[in-house]
Amino acid sequence: MNLADYISAAPEMTLLGLICVVLIADLFVDDEHRVLTFWMSIATLGITIWTLLATAPVERVIVFDGSYVSDPLSQILKVTAVGFVALAFLYARDYLRTNDLHKGEFYVLGLFGLLGMMIMISANSLLTMYLGLETLALSLYTLVAFDRNNATSAEAAMKYFVLGAIASGALLYGISWIYGVTGTLKFDEIAAAIVADPSLNSLPLWFGLAFLIVGISFKFGAVPFHMWLPDVYQGARTPVTLYIASAPKLAALAFTLRILVDGLGGLHDVWADMIMVVAVLSLLVGNVIAIAQTNIKRMLGYSTIAHVGFILLAIFCGTDKGYAAALFYTLTYIVAAAGSFGIIILLSRRGFDAENLSDFKGLNARSPWFALMMMFLMFSLAGVPPFIGFFGKLNVIDAVLSSGYPGLAILMVLASVVGAFYYLRVIWYMYFEQGEDQAVLQASTDTRLVLSLNGVAVLALGIVPGWLWALCTQIALSIR
Amino acid sequence: MDFSLYILSILIWMPIVGGILLLVIGDDDDVQSSRSMLMRAVALGTTVLTFLVSIALYKWFDNSTAAMQFVERSSWIPAIDVWYYLGVDGISTPLILLTTFVTPLVIIAGWDSIKVRPAQYFAAFLILEGLMIGVFSALDGILFYVFWEAMLVPMFLIIGVWGGERRIYATLKFFLYTFLGSVLMLVAFIYLYGQTGSFDLFKFMNAPLDMTAQKLIFIAFLLAFAVKVPMFPVHTWLPDAHVEAPTGGSVILAAIMLKMGGYGFLRLSLPIVPDGSAYFSGLVITLSLIAVVYIGFVALMQKDMKKLIAYSSIAHMGFVTLGFFLLWSVGSGTGAGLGITGGMVQMVSHGLISGAMFLCVGVLYDRMHSRQIADYGGVANTMPKFAGFMVLFAMANAGLPGTSGFVGEFMVIIASFKANFWFAFLAATTLVLGAAYTLWMVKRVLYGEVANNNVAALKDLNQREFFVLTILAISVLAVGLWPAPLVDMMNVTIESLVQQIGHSKL
Repeated sequence: MNLADYISAAPEMTLLGLICVVLIADLFVDDEHRVLTFWMSIATLGITIWTLLATAPVERVIVFDGSYVSDPLSQILKVTAVGFVALAFLYARDYLRTNDLHKGEFYVLGLFGLLGMMIMISANSLLTMYLGLETLALSLYTLVAFDRNNATSAEAAMKYFVLGAIASGALLYGISWIYGVTGTLKFDEIAAAIVADPSLNSLPLWFGLAFLIVGISFKFGAVPFHMWLPDVYQGARTPVTLYIASAPKLAALAFTLRILVDGLGGLHDVWADMIMVVAVLSLLVGNVIAIAQTNIKRMLGYSTIAHVGFILLAIFCGTDKGYAAALFYTLTYIVAAAGSFGIIILLSRRGFDAENLSDFKGLNARSPWFALMMMFLMFSLAGVPPFIGFFGKLNVIDAVLSSGYPGLAILMVLASVVGAFYYLRVIWYMYFEQGEDQAVLQASTDTRLVLSLNGVAVLALGIVPGWLWALCTQIALSIR
Repeated sequence: MDFSLYILSILIWMPIVGGILLLVIGDDDDVQSSRSMLMRAVALGTTVLTFLVSIALYKWFDNSTAAMQFVERSSWIPAIDVWYYLGVDGISTPLILLTTFVTPLVIIAGWDSIKVRPAQYFAAFLILEGLMIGVFSALDGILFYVFWEAMLVPMFLIIGVWGGERRIYATLKFFLYTFLGSVLMLVAFIYLYGQTGSFDLFKFMNAPLDMTAQKLIFIAFLLAFAVKVPMFPVHTWLPDAHVEAPTGGSVILAAIMLKMGGYGFLRLSLPIVPDGSAYFSGLVITLSLIAVVYIGFVALMQKDMKKLIAYSSIAHMGFVTLGFFLLWSVGSGTGAGLGITGGMVQMVSHGLISGAMFLCVGVLYDRMHSRQIADYGGVANTMPKFAGFMVLFAMANAGLPGTSGFVGEFMVIIASFKANFWFAFLAATTLVLGAAYTLWMVKRVLYGEVANNNVAALKDLNQREFFVLTILAISVLAVGLWPAPLVDMMNVTIESLVQQIGHSKL
C-alpha cells in the first residue's frame, strides 16, 4: 500500500472523517438550531464532491491490493450519488422540522448510507462489495424506522430488515461458492480465472451465480424479490423514501455491473437468461400492480419496479450499448423519481402527508407552477417525449433491438403504454378534478427553487440529451 | 441573416414561446381586466404573426421541385446520429398552411367563451400549433417522433380540463389509444436505425429491406397512423374525444390532428416500405371502404350533433386513405398519382369543412348548452345569418360541386374507377350518405317550426363569430372553385413520390 492507494480512496476517507465531525458536533446542537447540522452535512457533501473532482481518475486504477477500483464509472456514479443525497437532505429539512422529526441522526445516517454506496461503487472484490452493501443497508433500515412512534414505519423497517438479512445471507452463500470455484474474491482475477480455465464455467459456478443474482434482484427490488419495496416506500417517512428511491439505485447499478460484467462477464450466456426473466417479470408486475394503487408512494414504488425492469433489460444485452443505456436510464430515472417525491413532500404539512393520489386533486388551482412540474416529472416517468425519460427508454430499446430481440422491444413499449395510465392518473387528479384541500403550500425559497430546477431538468435534459448520452457511451467503454 | 433559412424554426418555435409567455402572463377571473386582455392579445397576435410567416413560406415555396425546401440541419444527439432536420415539400406545405390558418380562428372562437383558466387554454393551443408544424416539417425520425408524441400532451389537457361531462374517460382513451399506436412506430424507427445507422428519413427511404421486414414495419406504421386517421376499426376514440372536447379542441382535432395520420402514410409508409404497402394495399382499401359506407350509416343514426360530425369525419378520412392506396390497383400510367392528389385535397378540404362544422355546433352550444339534435328545431327563424353559414358548410360536407368537399372526393372517385368499378361504386355511396346525414341534421336543427322557447330566445351571430365563419366560408368556396394553386403546390412532389414508390426495394 502506498500513497496512490490513499489518494484514490480520499473521497471516502474524507467523508468518513467529516461524518464523525458532524456526529460529534451534533451532540452540542439543540433542537432549535438543528439546521446547523443540516448545513454541516451539506458542507460535508460539498467537500466530498470537491475531493472527488480533485482526485478524478484519468483511467482505471485498482488499489488496496486489488480490492478497490477507481474509474470513470465510479466517478460519475459517486458524484451523482453525492448530489442526490444533498437533494434528499434539502427536501427533507422543512418536512422534518414541521413534523418534529428534525434530528441530527437523519443526516448522519444519510451520510453513512452514502459512504456505503461509495464503497459499493468502488468495490473490486466481493468482500468490499459486501461491506459497502451492509453499511448502506444498515443505514437504510434505521432510516426507515426513523419515526419510531409510527407503526407503519416500524413495520416497514422490520420487513426490510428481515428480508434484507435473508438476501444478504443468500449473497454471502453465493460469494462463498464463487470463491470456492475460482479461488479469489477479486473481480478481475475471477474473470482471468475463468478465461484461464474454461472448465470452471460449469454448474458449481452457475450455482453461486444464481445466488448473486438473488442479491442483485433484492437490492434493485426486481420481481420476485420486490416484496419489501412497496411496503418500505409507503411505510417510510417521505424524505426517507426519497432518499431510498434515488442514490441507492446508483449503487445497485454499480453492484450489478461490477459483479456481472467485471467479474463474471465470461458467463454472459448464463446470467443473461436469469436477468431477462427477472426483468420481464418486473416490467409486467410493476406496471400492472401500480395501476391498482391509491397511495402515491406505493404507486411510485411499483413504478420503480417497472423501471428496474428496463435497467436490467439493458444490462441483459451484454453489450457496451446496453451498459451505456443502463447507466443513462438510471441517472435520468432518479432525477424524475427524486423530483416526484420532492413534490409529495412539498404538499405535506404538519401532521399531514400527501400520500394519497386524491391529495393531488385540484393542485393546478392551488399552485399551477408545481402542478406543471409534477406533470413534467410524470410524463418523464411515462416516457413521453420531449422529456428525458423518453430518451432513456429509446436507448434501452435500441440496445435490445440491436442485440436481436425485437419481441422484447415490443413487450417493453407495450408495458410502457400500460404504465402511462397511472402516471396520467396523477395528472388527471391535478388538472381535471376539483380539490377540497385549499391550503397554501408552505416551503422555503431554497426548496422551491431546487424543486423547480428538478422539474425543469427533466425537460431541459430531454431537449439536450446529447452530452449525457455521449458521456454514458464513453464510460461504458471503460467497463471491464 | 437570411430570414428564409430559418423560417421553419420560426414557425415551430414562435407559437411555443408565445404559449410560454401566456403562462407567464396568466389571467384573472375578470374577462375585461387589462391582464386578461393582454393575454388574449398576445395569443391572437402570436397566431396571426405565425400565419403571416407561413404566407411568406407559401410565397417562397418553389412548386417546380420535389426536393425538400427551407432545409435546416444541425446535429442534435451526435451519439446516435440524430439531427434537428427540418424541410418541407409539396405534401407538408399545404398542411402547415392549414395549421397556421385554423389556429388563429380557434383562438378567436374561444375568445370569451372559455371561463376557466383561459391563459392555460390559449397556451395549450399555441404550444400545440408549434408541435404540429414540427411534425409536418421534421425529416429526422426521432425529431418527428418527439413532435408527434409531445402533441398529445396539450391535447390531453385541452380535452381533460375544458371538455364536457365524460371528458376524463374521453381524454384517457384518446391518449392511450394514440400512445399505443405510436410506440410501435418508435420500435420500427429504431429497427430502421439499426439497419441504416441514422434516423434520417431519407436514409430510411433508401435502405434496402426484405419483404418480412417491410411487412412488419408497415404494420407498425399502420397502427400508428390508422389510430390517428382514424381508420375502422380503431376509430372508436374519435367520437368520444370529439364530443367531450371543447369547441376549439374539436376543431384542431378534426382539422389538423387527423391529418397527421394521412401525412404519416405519405411521408413514411409509402416511401419507406413500398413493397409492404403494396402487399397490404388491399387491406387498407377494404378498411377505407368500410369506413366510408358503414360509418356513413352510423353517422345517419346519431342524435348528438358533434358525434354526427365526428362519424362524418371518419367517413371522409376513409376517402383519404382510399386515395393513397389506390396506386397499385390503378397501375402505372396517367392518373397514378390522382388518388394521392385527391386524398391530399380531401385532407385540406376536410380540415376547413369539419373545422367550420364544429365551430357551428360550438356557436349553438355556447347559447343552448346542448348538442342534442332533438333540442333544436327552427333555428333558421331566429338565427338567419348562422343558418346561411351552416347550410353552406353542410353542402360542402356533402360534397356539393363548387365547394372544396367536391374536388377531393371527385378525384378519388375517378381514381378508383380506374382501379376497379366496385371500389368506385362503394366510394360513391358517400355522395348519397354524406348528403343524407348532413342535410337531415341541418333540416332537423335549422328548419321547421321554432321548437321551444330556448330556440325562440336565440341571438344570431355576433361580429366575432360572423368573422370566423366568413373566413372559413370564403376558403371553402375558394378551394372548391379554384383548386389549382393547391394542386399545383403538391403536383411535382406527388409525381416524384409515385416514381419512388414504383421502385421495389427488394
